[in-house]
Amino acid sequence: MEWTTLVESEIFQPDHRQLIEELGETRLREWVLEMNIIRAFEEKAEDLFARGLVHGTMHLSIGQEAVAVGASAAMEDGDYLLNHHRGHGHCLAWGSDVRLMMAEFLGKETGYCRGRGGSMHIANVEMNNLGANGIVGGGIPISVGVGLSIKKRKTRQVCLTIFGDGAANEGAFHESLNMASIWDLPVVYLCENNQYAMSMPVQKAFNIRYISQRAAAYGIAGVTVDGNDVLAVYDAVRTAAQRARNGEGPTLVEALTYRWKGHSKSDRQAYRTRDEVKEWQARDPIHRLAHLLEMSEAEYEEIVKKAQAAIEEAVEFANASPEPDLSTIMEGVYA
Amino acid sequence: MREITYVEAIREALFQKMSEDETVFLIGEDIGVYGGAFGATAGLIQQFGEDRVIDTPISEAGIAGACIGAALTGFRPVGEIQFMDFVTLSMEQLVLQAAKIRFMFGGKAKVPFVLRMPGGSGTGAAAQHSESLENWFVHVPGLKVVMPSTPYDAKGLLIASIEDDNPVIFVEHKLLYKIKGPVPEEMYRVPLSQSHVVRPGKDLTIVATSIMVQRALQAADQLAKEGIDVEIIDPRTLRPLDDEPILESVVKTGKVLIVHEAVKMAGFGGEIAARIAESSAFDYLEAPIRRLGGLDIPIPYNRNLEYHAVPQVENIVEEARNLAALKV
Ligand SMILES: Cc1ncc(C[n+]2csc(CCOP(=O)(O)OP(=O)(O)O)c2C)c(N)n1
Ligand SMILES: [Mg+2]
Repeated sequence: MEWTTLVESEIFQPDHRQLIEELGETRLREWVLEMNIIRAFEEKAEDLFARGLVHGTMHLSIGQEAVAVGASAAMEDGDYLLNHHRGHGHCLAWGSDVRLMMAEFLGKETGYCRGRGGSMHIANVEMNNLGANGIVGGGIPISVGVGLSIKKRKTRQVCLTIFGDGAANEGAFHESLNMASIWDLPVVYLCENNQYAMSMPVQKAFNIRYISQRAAAYGIAGVTVDGNDVLAVYDAVRTAAQRARNGEGPTLVEALTYRWKGHSKSDRQAYRTRDEVKEWQARDPIHRLAHLLEMSEAEYEEIVKKAQAAIEEAVEFANASPEPDLSTIMEGVYA
Repeated sequence: MREITYVEAIREALFQKMSEDETVFLIGEDIGVYGGAFGATAGLIQQFGEDRVIDTPISEAGIAGACIGAALTGFRPVGEIQFMDFVTLSMEQLVLQAAKIRFMFGGKAKVPFVLRMPGGSGTGAAAQHSESLENWFVHVPGLKVVMPSTPYDAKGLLIASIEDDNPVIFVEHKLLYKIKGPVPEEMYRVPLSQSHVVRPGKDLTIVATSIMVQRALQAADQLAKEGIDVEIIDPRTLRPLDDEPILESVVKTGKVLIVHEAVKMAGFGGEIAARIAESSAFDYLEAPIRRLGGLDIPIPYNRNLEYHAVPQVENIVEEARNLAALKV
């Protein structure tokens, strides 16, 4: 079966002009900054890792910033977030404090999880961010419980659940979407299809053209968007969230994007070509929005600098923070 | 003898068995072009092709099931679970299907496959990528549980496991992959269910598994300088367990320390302790049986906390020293 990643006619097309008008240039300029903060965070994470200052592993979301920012912007205060291992961007876009994130990444007591969780497990419970996940698909069944809870409590909250293309092939995905469907749960399932699950290309892992087609099997709405178009992500997720808020049940949104970096710390990337990576890099989601806003190069550079400064400050904060004290090692297992 | 690493020994065992036996194939996530998360299958897809080195979607229940179904119908699959933690997603197939099929069918079917998986902490991978779950499987009749601690054993035990007619859970350790040791080039088998006296000694017995065998060896070198002569026993196969060498050793030394990385509570050490206590070796004990295991917490991310969450060489030295000093 042939697979093309971007078939214009089949993927959701937003009305850019109208969205720009509606959202306003000021807000959209902030999105350019937010996306740059994510990118700068990831670049710093990679740099710290390369210099041996972090142990463990990390999954960088460079190239996927539009998914995080567009989706978060479409949600409201009080909504819930469940995301996954490649989650720095989602967490930042959700409004988390970059200093506390960096502290967590560096395993410090001041970090969001007191240095216990690390890169793959950052949660910001106070903001209803219920955490990234080290288990592929691990957050998807939890969304059922969150959705059920919202419904029982009769609030107008929605649970945004983000996972990768790879996660859609865990059995948990199937069970959860079906349950969310039969109970009309207020959940937005956002599949961040970055074309690979580690070395496994989507073409080999699926025999369908779009992952969103699976929505039909659960009797819910499904849509595929260009995940490098922040306005498209925003529009689709907002529509899905509205439906959920109105009691119309879950939606499966698929955002097509691309992971620029290797899967994790040690990936020779033998499964793809440099040309392919370059092709996708030419579709830089941040440049794309800057272009739509007709930003000057000088203005853009200033935003990049501002983002980098925020990250430097976060690193300083993290470096100045204490390590968890060994005497606290047994803490936190039970409530 | 030639020295190679633990992960090279595993790869060589896979290569040699696949070359010899056409019914052996590999199945798992990123085991093809990627070569496996830890490189265990690197280069094998080039040698054996996609039909025998099968990359799967991220579907651990499916991987286990594929092994079982193929094993039931004439193959000897070797599955890989990328990190032992993810085997929790395969549990139904392993515990309720693989382990029981032969028994439920009155002995008329067999399920010969191996499921390899790396366990353990020490890489900063945090709570969901650092589990030591071997004892979950030790509790299940019908499964075999193998845990090599050296490159030599890794190769010999893997070949024996592939040739075994039962489902074998083969637990590797991330920190062992890079250690080197002597490994014969030709094929050989280390029989399952044969505990091994890794280091003979007379004062004290240490029973250790996986990475803890290596740590116990280092501890024994230090203790030797203090005049404490440690005997180390590696069960190698946790189920079915060959407890004879352990009991004999306890009779000889009168003192025993059991060390594993998994959480101490309900860990494998409890079984060893109970076997000693239930046997006539009990009469020879000169001190209480001691255990060292992981703390009763998930593995923390922070490097220092992670280090202290599981037994290290210095903990073994201290515990053994205290035990050796006890007089009855
Ligand atoms: C249950 C489980 N299986 C395997 C893994 C190892 N693993 C971590 S991320 C990953 C690939 C995930 O791909 P995808 O869902 O597409 O997310 P991406 O990494 O592309 O963002 C794999 C195989 C895991 N963490 N959990
Ligand atoms: Mg992916």
